[in-house]
Amino acid sequence: MNKFYNLTKGILKENPIFVIVLGMCPTLATTSSAMNGLGMGLATTFVLLGSNVVISLLARLIPDKVRIPAYIVIIATFVTIVDLVMQAYTQTLYEKLGIFIPLIVVNCIVLGRAEAFANKNNVFQSALDGIGMGLGFTFALALLGTVREVLGSGSIFDHKFISGDGIIVFILAPGAFIALAYLIALFNRIKK
Amino acid sequence: MEYILIIIAAIFVNNVVLAQFLGICPFIGVSNKIETSMGMAGAVTFVIVLATIVTFLLQHYVLNPLGIAYMQTIVFILVIAALVQMVEIILKKLSPVLYQALGIFLPLITTNCAVLGVAILVIKKNYNLLEGVVFGAATAIGFGLALIIMAGIREQLALSNVPKGMRGVPIVLLTAGILALAFMGFAGIVK
Amino acid sequence: MANVESNFKNMTLTLLIISLVASAALGLVHQFTNEAIVKAQMLKINSAIEVVVPEFDNQPYEEAKTIEMDGGELTLFPAKKDGELVGTAVKTFSMNGFAGLIELMVGFLPDGTINKVAVVSHKETPGLGDKMDPKKSNFSVQFEGKNPESFKLSVVKDGGNVDAITASTITSRAYCDAVERAYKALKEGGVQ
Repeated sequence: MNKFYNLTKGILKENPIFVIVLGMCPTLATTSSAMNGLGMGLATTFVLLGSNVVISLLARLIPDKVRIPAYIVIIATFVTIVDLVMQAYTQTLYEKLGIFIPLIVVNCIVLGRAEAFANKNNVFQSALDGIGMGLGFTFALALLGTVREVLGSGSIFDHKFISGDGIIVFILAPGAFIALAYLIALFNRIKK
Repeated sequence: MEYILIIIAAIFVNNVVLAQFLGICPFIGVSNKIETSMGMAGAVTFVIVLATIVTFLLQHYVLNPLGIAYMQTIVFILVIAALVQMVEIILKKLSPVLYQALGIFLPLITTNCAVLGVAILVIKKNYNLLEGVVFGAATAIGFGLALIIMAGIREQLALSNVPKGMRGVPIVLLTAGILALAFMGFAGIVK
Repeated sequence: MANVESNFKNMTLTLLIISLVASAALGLVHQFTNEAIVKAQMLKINSAIEVVVPEFDNQPYEEAKTIEMDGGELTLFPAKKDGELVGTAVKTFSMNGFAGLIELMVGFLPDGTINKVAVVSHKETPGLGDKMDPKKSNFSVQFEGKNPESFKLSVVKDGGNVDAITASTITSRAYCDAVERAYKALKEGGVQ
């Protein structure tokens, strides 16, 4: 297993959305456009990297019984940092993502990686794992976002290529479920 | 009258799962059996109502006056984690059967985005304490409703012939999509 | 995993230290980003003001006046050129949108005529209610050049003069509600 396996596994083999099926809420909620999905993915990746690294560093020092609350505080800190920075420098995206930025703290992927990987591995590998999972998550979100945006608004990354509206249901709630259902099914098919 | 509107909106028009995309993970994970769904719905309702009260008080009497509103995320999630721990201990004593049935999903209520989501929404929507509690309870009922409907459908689905590629998560998501479509029909009954 | 024993002292100490470090870190980030956040918010309001009132050379933000009405806040931004009032932008709201809060910026000329209306925020349905956005349809154009003293700010269905957005009566009504509130605030604010 090469040193960089932990980086690449998150993108396809152990993709958090398509394979492990975690972190569904932001996936469905923030992908009405490719840009939103991409933004959400990157914000989460930042948190994943930060929390994985810090938790990996401190894992030995945290008593077992309080590790979950401790991890949560660490994750919440990084989430708040992302929240404040985005509010300051990317206001439009911040408003579009709304409540889902603070909700990164309960994204099962983040706590999941802390529990399953970061507290058992060294800092470098944990960093790679964080980045890899984050990239896989971002990839899934950007993909779903693109599908929904193309079908639903007839645009890609806010560049419209048809006049008028698309199949609106795709940028609404039901469309999220339906599009994701087919993407996961497709992914499963390809894996075979 | 106001309260009725809040309740109807929270349960049907803006259903927490089918319209707001909160609480999806337990929605997919627990909805395969009607009984577990009901237990989960009950536990989540309890946690949401308590969490709404505590977080509301903390926000208005501690965070805002001290000007540290940015600590909201950390404080809220810690409160929720503590409450869930409490519920676990209480449930273990009161109903060991339910405790066993819910298994790992009980501590997972902490990461249920619906709980933290509702707490944050109550602050964002500027509700007062009573409105917040009503909103929280109604949201939880909406969660339970979505969960139980889905469980009912899934118990039937388990007996039918689902195409191989769609088995598991995809068919659940597709069903949820159709449910969400149905719930969109409620739009407009509130004003 | 952890090499530190899970006794009471260690657990409390760890959580305490982590929380303190987290709070300190966030306090720092908050200090750092606060100015940028306020600036970003100001920029957004200023862009909306620039769209709806004629050319001005003062800082409307600095001469803003807030009025409390109907459970919310309206803000009047006087726009002046060479010391003379050329228009007033009113940030208004309506809670009656299909999906809740709608915020508009209504630009009034000194005689009370509506100059232009811009959308500050909304969560209306894409393809339906979102047509209130000038980028999506001409709905808002009908308000331009109309004086609320003679132009009834309600939809035709309710006996007014406004042509509603097809299939989006609720959004249209909320829009009228917001514009009417802005006019009320304008008269109350006395900047005529």
